[in-house]
Amino acid sequence: MIYREAGQFKTSYGADQMIFPILQDRIFVILAVVAAYLVPLIANEYWLQAVLIPFLILSLAAIGLNLLTGYAGQLSLGTGGFMAVGGYMTYKITTAFPDLNVLIAVLLAGLIAALVGLVFGIPSLRIKGFYLAVATLAAQFFILWLFNKVGWFVNYSPSGTITAPPRTLLGIMVTGPEATAPVRYLIVLTFLAFFALAAKNLVRGRIGRSWMAIRDMDIAAEIIGIRPYQTKLLAFAISSFYCGVAGGLYVFCYLGSAETEAFDIALSFSVLFMIIIGGLGSILGSILGAAFITMVPIFLTNAPPLIGLSMPIDLQKHIEVMLFGSLIVFFLIVEPRGIARLWQIAKEKFRLWPFPY
Amino acid sequence: MTQKARQIGDTLLKVEGVSLTFGGVKALTDVSFEIREHEVLAIIGPNGAGKSSMLNVINGFYHPQEGAITYKGETRKQMRPYAAAKSGIARTFQNIALFKGMSTLDNIMTGRLLKMHCNFLLQALYLGPAREEELRHRASVEHIIDFLEIQSIRRTPVGRLPYGLQKRVELGRALAAEPDLLLLDEPMAGMNVEEKEDMCRFILDVNDEFGTTIALIEHDMSVVMDISDRVVVLDYGRKIADGSPDEVRANPEVIEAYLGIRHN
Repeated sequence: MIYREAGQFKTSYGADQMIFPILQDRIFVILAVVAAYLVPLIANEYWLQAVLIPFLILSLAAIGLNLLTGYAGQLSLGTGGFMAVGGYMTYKITTAFPDLNVLIAVLLAGLIAALVGLVFGIPSLRIKGFYLAVATLAAQFFILWLFNKVGWFVNYSPSGTITAPPRTLLGIMVTGPEATAPVRYLIVLTFLAFFALAAKNLVRGRIGRSWMAIRDMDIAAEIIGIRPYQTKLLAFAISSFYCGVAGGLYVFCYLGSAETEAFDIALSFSVLFMIIIGGLGSILGSILGAAFITMVPIFLTNAPPLIGLSMPIDLQKHIEVMLFGSLIVFFLIVEPRGIARLWQIAKEKFRLWPFPY
Repeated sequence: MTQKARQIGDTLLKVEGVSLTFGGVKALTDVSFEIREHEVLAIIGPNGAGKSSMLNVINGFYHPQEGAITYKGETRKQMRPYAAAKSGIARTFQNIALFKGMSTLDNIMTGRLLKMHCNFLLQALYLGPAREEELRHRASVEHIIDFLEIQSIRRTPVGRLPYGLQKRVELGRALAAEPDLLLLDEPMAGMNVEEKEDMCRFILDVNDEFGTTIALIEHDMSVVMDISDRVVVLDYGRKIADGSPDEVRANPEVIEAYLGIRHN
C-alpha cells in the first residue's frame, strides 16, 4: 500500500528522465546508500573483510562486464585478465611514484586496462558471440602469462608476488597490512557508488543506446549511422576500465598481496555468472548477481551451525557446492533474465497489491 | 487528391547504370532513375526483381560493381551506410529491424544518435551539456511520438508490440533522423486495411508537412497508384518502366511482367 506512484506527475522531460522516477524508489535508494556507509559501525572485521569488500569489488567488475556483454552484446571471458592489468599496473604505478595518491594510481591503472581492452576488442568487428568469447580468452591467458614471465611487472620480486605497500589518504592508512577493514570498505563502497552511477548515466544516454542497438540488431544500427567498430571498441575500453579499477581494488583493498592465480579463468567465469544470474543489461543486476555469487556460499557455510546441525567439514563443503549449483539452475529456470528482472516483477506486483490488476 | 503544399523540385538522388551481382546472380542490371525533391516515388516489381537490393545500394549497404549514385550533387561510385545516414538518408526494413530489447522511446531516440555529440565523460556524469542535449532530443522525439500517435506505448519494449505498431515505431525511428530522403521497404506488408490506411496517412503527412522525399517499395497496387507521384518498375533486375502511375499502369511491359503474356 505504501509503494504507490499515484499523484506523482511529471511536468518536464527532465523529471521524466530521472533514474528513479518514483519517489519511494528514490527514498529507498538514498536510505540504502546511507545504510551501506553506516555498516562499518555494526559489522565486524570478518564480515567486512571476507564478505562485503569482495562483494563490492566484484560488483564493480560485474558492472564493467555487464556494460560490455549485457549492453553492447559482446561476450567476453577476459575479465580476469583485465582485472590483473588493473592490479599489476596499480602496483607498478604506486611503487614507481610513492607520493602519488594510491587511489589515483588505481584510476590510472584502470586507464591502462582500458587501452589493453581496446586492443583485445579489435577482433570483435569480425567475430561474434561464442567465437568472440574464445578470442577474448586470448586476453585472459596472454596477460597472465606476460605478468608471470616478465619480472618487470612484479619489480623482479623472486616470488612473483605483488604486495600492496602501505599508502595513506588524508593521513589515514588505506592500503597495506595496517589499513583497517572499515577504511578499505568505505573506499571500495565509494568507488562502487560513483562508478555505478556513472555506468547508469552512460547506459541511459546516447552511448548506452548505441550499445544496445549494436547488441539487438547490428545491421539496423549501422544503417541508422552507428559505426559498429567505434561503438564496440568504446564498450571494450570502458568495460576494461571498470574491470581494471576493480582489479586494482582487489589487490590493494582486499587481497593485500596477489599472484596471477588470483586472476585466473575461474574469476572471469564467476564474474560472467554474476551478470547472467543478476541480469544481463542491468546495473542493479550486476550488483545483485555479485551478491548472490559471493554471499550464498558463505551463507551455506554458516547456516548449518546456526540451526544446530553439525556435520563433517568435507561433507558440508560438498553439500554447499551442490546446493549452490542447484540454486543457480533454479534461478535460471524461474527467471532467465536474472534477479534484476525478478526484483522488477516483485515491484510491479507490489505496486498493485492487494489488487490482482 | 488535394494539391500538395510543396512542389516537386530538382533531382535529389540520381542512380546511373547501377549493376549489382552476387557471384553469378545478377540482382540489378544497368538501372538508372532519379528521385526528385519532395516527391513520393514507388519502386515496384515482382518478387526478386531487385527492389530491396536497389534500396540497399542507395543507402550503402550493398556496393554495386558498376554505376554511380549522385546524391545532393555529389557523385559516388557507392555509398557507405554511415555517410548515407549522415547526409540524410533514413530507411525502414521489410522485416522489421527494431532493437527488440529497448522501449519505443529508446528506439526512436536511436534515430537521433547522429545528432548527439556529447562525449562519454560528460555523459557518465550527466552534467550540463549532456543533460541539456538529452532533453532537447527527447522533446523532438516526443514530437514524432505525437505525430505517429503512439504515446501510449512509449515505455513498452518493442518486442511486445503488435506487428502494425512495430512498423510504425520503425517509421518513427527513421523520422527521428529528420531525413531528406526516406526509404521505406514495404511499409504496409502484412497489415490490415485500417493499419494500411493509417500508414498511408503518415507517409503522405510526412511528405506534405516535412517535405521529406520518399522512395518506397510496395506490393499493394492500389496503395502505390494512390499515393505515389511517380513509379519505377523493376523486373529481373532491369528497369522496365518509369513514369506517372497512369503511364505505368498502361505500359504493356509492366502488364506482361505482372500478368504474363498470352501464348497462342
